[in-house]
Amino acid sequence: MSSSETRTRGASDLSVSRWQRLKHWTVQHRLESADAVKRLLHNRLSTLVTMLLLAVVLAVPTFMYSLLGNLKQLTPGTDFEPQLALYLSTELKAEELDRFSRSLLLRDDLLSVELISSDVGANEFKSHSELGELMTLLDENPLPAVVLAITRDQDPATMKLLRESMAALPEVDVAELDVEWLERLEVIVGSFSSISFVLALLLSMTVLLVIANTIRTMISSRQEEIEVSLLIGATGAWVRRPFLYAGLLYGFFGALLSLLLVYFSLALVEAPLAELTELYIGRFDLQGPDLSLIMALLMGGTILGWIGAFIAVSRQMGQLHQGSD
Amino acid sequence: MAAIQFTNVSKRYDSGQEALKSVDFTLESGEMAFLTGHSGAGKSTLLKLLTRVEQPSRGEVWVGDQNLSELSRSEIPHYRRTLGVVYQNHRLLEDRTVYQNIALPLRIAGFNEEDIGRRVRAALDRVGLLESEQKFPQALSSGEQQRIGIARAIVHKPRVLIADEPTGNLDPRLSLDIMNLFEQFNRIGTTVLIATHDVALIKRMRHRVLILDKGRLRHVQ
Ligand SMILES: Nc1ncnc2c1ncn2[C@@H]1O[C@H](COP(=O)(O)OP(=O)(O)OP(=O)(O)O)[C@@H](O)[C@H]1O
Ligand SMILES: [Mg+2]
Repeated sequence: MSSSETRTRGASDLSVSRWQRLKHWTVQHRLESADAVKRLLHNRLSTLVTMLLLAVVLAVPTFMYSLLGNLKQLTPGTDFEPQLALYLSTELKAEELDRFSRSLLLRDDLLSVELISSDVGANEFKSHSELGELMTLLDENPLPAVVLAITRDQDPATMKLLRESMAALPEVDVAELDVEWLERLEVIVGSFSSISFVLALLLSMTVLLVIANTIRTMISSRQEEIEVSLLIGATGAWVRRPFLYAGLLYGFFGALLSLLLVYFSLALVEAPLAELTELYIGRFDLQGPDLSLIMALLMGGTILGWIGAFIAVSRQMGQLHQGSD
Repeated sequence: MAAIQFTNVSKRYDSGQEALKSVDFTLESGEMAFLTGHSGAGKSTLLKLLTRVEQPSRGEVWVGDQNLSELSRSEIPHYRRTLGVVYQNHRLLEDRTVYQNIALPLRIAGFNEEDIGRRVRAALDRVGLLESEQKFPQALSSGEQQRIGIARAIVHKPRVLIADEPTGNLDPRLSLDIMNLFEQFNRIGTTVLIATHDVALIKRMRHRVLILDKGRLRHVQ
């Protein structure tokens, strides 16, 4: 009875002291991060210059990835069904067109078939395009009738074979697959994506070097403080911590500033980009970086800052520790 | 109980220089002693063995019940917190206020802000510079700076206080003041070991004197 009592008391004592230690540790860390901020603010100008430098470097890949996100927006999702467009010979008469489109309906390899007569096509053209007015100048409707078909098999290779066999039909002038421009767009997006990745990699290294170098100068300017601290009983970890915090803060605030730069740059390209896209695909809203990109930037910046500081600190402290820790 | 004990301690630097040769002595707890000798005799080396900046090539150094050779790397910081150390050039941090300088050992040891404030003021009071709390070291005279250095060394109430030429830069009157300060801390039980050139000053004070001569120890008194 009494022994179990003492045991429980012992256990709660232990947990209290552990709790206290944790509390002490968090308070200590809060104090030190506040101290790190104070120190960064102390050297206001050079801190600002370094952060701006980091912001510019981080803004480049973030800007690229934002554009990439917009490009991807143009490529349709998985529910997209590629169409086969058959531009029919203008010499065909109405009933011939009708017969041909019905013959297509009977085919197993086509899911749906839609005939757009030349009149309907002309009306659409007039309403959609600035060139529409040209149509009124012409006596005859120059547009061919078009059959839009959705194939049963969506595999690009079979679709290409089908397109070729359709093109060989006497009623068909030209057969086009709209997956072809899609494929081209995908190639563009793909290469843009790898360029962005390489840039992000190179510029991350730049961030790492800038922060490592900044922290290195910071350490040498506080050499005396470090030596004295070690002499009066500071642990290596205690001495390192404010520098690691500083690196972390540089990375985080650099990333935050770069986000502003990215929004600013996107605003700059928005108007010319809108003009360009209007010509090809109609209205298009330029999107800012999405949440996952923002998170990746902020976390990436912070982590890079910490690693950069860690590299500087490990190298510098190694020299200082000789004989004293 | 012995506060500091050297048994057959020799120190040879990597350069081949033999700074200490078979040094043997014991300083009792609560004792105050001077360490003197010509320049290059090995005074600073002996103190560096105590602060565990250097390690003996031979022999053992004990502080309290701790054999310093048996300290692991991670134990060294904790051991150093049990000491108070005063330097000739005081080694205050110029970009921090007097308060911040004295608070440093407490911050390192993880005291909370409230305790730190109380202890820093008590230490400042002891060295008679309570009103200088928010000044920067450069705004103080060299005697005052050394007092701040002493306040930093005793703020965490160390059992052992070590000083390397604490009056090296001071005129005789200020030197005496500083030595009296050390005596005050000794009177409340702190073990004190002071390395100094100042033979005249040593003579005025009635304490044990350890004389080093080319790394060998000659006891006096
Ligand atoms: N880190 C070191 N490496 C090599 N030799 C050293 C080192 N430190 C001191 N010495 C040598 O050891 C000897 C003792 O030096 P120490 O600094 O202990 O003398 P000291 O008594 O303090 O002299 P001073 O009164 O001039 O301060 C000297 O010959 C010195 O050159
Ligand atoms: Mg010396």
